[in-house]
Amino acid sequence: MEAFTTHTGRAVPLRRGNVDTDQIIPAHWLKKVTRNGFEDGLFEAWRKDPSFVLNAPEYKGATVLVAGPDFGTGSSREHAVWALQNYGFKAVISSRYADIFRGNSLKNGLLTVVLPQETVEALWKLVEADPTTEVTVDLVAREVRAEGVTAPFELDDNARWRLLEGLDDISLTLGNEADIAAYEARRPSYKPSTVQV
Amino acid sequence: MGRTLAEKVWDDHVVRRAEGEPDLLFIDLHLLHEVTSPQAFDGLRMNGRVVRRTDLTIATEDHNTPTLDIDKPIADPVSRTQLETLRKNCAEFGVRLHPLGDIEQGVVHVVGPQLGLTQPGTTVVCGDSHTSTHGAFGALAFGIGTSQVEHVLATQTLPMAPFRTMAVTVDGELPDGVTAKDLILAVIARIGTGGGQGYVIEYRGTAIEKLSMEARMTVCNMSIEAGARAGMIAPDRTTFDYLEGRVHAPTGEDWDAAVAYWKTLRTDEDAVFDHEVRIDAAELAPFVTWGTNPGQGAPLSASVPDPASFADPSDRLAAEKALEYMGLSAGQPLREVAVDTVFVGSCTNGRIEDLRAAASVVEGRKVADGVRMLVVPGSVRVALQAVEEGLDQVFTAAGAEWRHAGCSMCLGMNPDQLAPGERSASTSNRNFEGRQGKGGRTHLVSPQVAAATAVAGRLASPADLSDVPAPAEV
Repeated sequence: MEAFTTHTGRAVPLRRGNVDTDQIIPAHWLKKVTRNGFEDGLFEAWRKDPSFVLNAPEYKGATVLVAGPDFGTGSSREHAVWALQNYGFKAVISSRYADIFRGNSLKNGLLTVVLPQETVEALWKLVEADPTTEVTVDLVAREVRAEGVTAPFELDDNARWRLLEGLDDISLTLGNEADIAAYEARRPSYKPSTVQV
Repeated sequence: MGRTLAEKVWDDHVVRRAEGEPDLLFIDLHLLHEVTSPQAFDGLRMNGRVVRRTDLTIATEDHNTPTLDIDKPIADPVSRTQLETLRKNCAEFGVRLHPLGDIEQGVVHVVGPQLGLTQPGTTVVCGDSHTSTHGAFGALAFGIGTSQVEHVLATQTLPMAPFRTMAVTVDGELPDGVTAKDLILAVIARIGTGGGQGYVIEYRGTAIEKLSMEARMTVCNMSIEAGARAGMIAPDRTTFDYLEGRVHAPTGEDWDAAVAYWKTLRTDEDAVFDHEVRIDAAELAPFVTWGTNPGQGAPLSASVPDPASFADPSDRLAAEKALEYMGLSAGQPLREVAVDTVFVGSCTNGRIEDLRAAASVVEGRKVADGVRMLVVPGSVRVALQAVEEGLDQVFTAAGAEWRHAGCSMCLGMNPDQLAPGERSASTSNRNFEGRQGKGGRTHLVSPQVAAATAVAGRLASPADLSDVPAPAEV
């Protein structure tokens, strides 16, 4: 996984709540068997509307998405995270995420920051008033900074460490082989098996 | 202090617990399908890893598969490649696969339970959010992303962040014509699409205990629509009776030992939930959604709400956008909303009981002119059972289309889709913009309401059908 320490970039205000992963990347894109090439599918339906915020030239090249509450609801498709990253986003800010989307994002090095809705509103106003405003998402200091805004955020130490170091979860788990083998040895015989009978 | 059902199952699966780390949980059953697994297998290959426990892993094809002409090559080359990729991966890594055309093929969440693989007190994962379905058996079942699929393939474990517990207690009797689907839609409307975030929900109470396994699966299936990490129901006699004799259920001494363990899987009297919601079953009614998220629902007897009636500004904005997308206006009675398509199927309502319920409504009636009704069984086994009972004949006689098993129009990855502007009454689980096809408009309903809607041509319950003129030949 790509490490995340700190990122500074321009931000897009997405004034919508309940953005589900079907909107982030529609199902017909899910037929691809790779982790890349999803950038054109990101918010595909909404981008057909010329007034959609991602189509505004002033937000071109922005790398931080500031979204309404309950971002990433619905389908577990990790393609939603890949689409955001393929498009160029490095971080998302929202007051609340769906659990599976959040887990997926942190496993791919897309930092999903939780901030109070008031702070999200303040950031929206700031980047709407001046789209050249730069927003810094600092995982080392666990802080989001922009002109007039300094907002601390929480992320548990373990998830933060994995992100800062860009660690591979599977390698970490395989380091605990003895624990897994010990658990397997004591599993009861009545547990199901998929071996064809 | 006592423990909840979810805490008991969790504790029984801790492989490693260490300060400052998420618990590492053992996974008893890993279900795979074609859409969320190819990149995971690629990851294994790139790192020279193997599937640790092929004996706890099983795959089927469901999301992409056509429901017509299944004996011919799949027309869409991209869909075909994805299915071929799953077949190659399963062969290379030694994973059992039930492909299109196999008697055990079907929607992954229908297949696991019917094989008897989903059992109480197990941990079940799948790269699909509706894995919560399996919680109906008292299993702890999570939808996961592709990185986690790879993790489980390689290690048969998952590091999992701690969860909170929520009890949704439904006491009393469900009124006639009110189903598990209406119940869960009402729960989601009550707590909201983010209300369950971070929680494992346990559904309990006398109304839940009376539900069949199929109905319990419908309830747990849509836990994700309330934002929950999982949904569960304590196993009981209904659960044990469903499992006994299934292909992968334990037998002999193992059966006795399993049942003895399963009987311990109840929330202790003195356990405390982090949050509790109480619902009186008697107050529930047939429920439909009017908006573009599953929390935007109302009783069928109600009207489309006025966005101005929402106190929260973001709810108001969401309602405005939803009405615009759905082509509805505030105050319009829901019973007057005409539909073009009716879809009966999916992991929510594609099991035999659901087909029986829908068939009982359309029997001797006709699907309204201009309405297309698709009936898609959840699995080949469900289809065979339905044919044995003559349900396919009931549907086709009424003018509905009887299709092959798969996810179909629930998510429109195969050719079964709504055209832009088309409106459906659907027994599936998501009414998101474009979910059933670009520009399509979805109303989530129970199988009974779906069938009655097909006959009436507008949103209706079976009780509303008396005033629809019966077709002349019946």
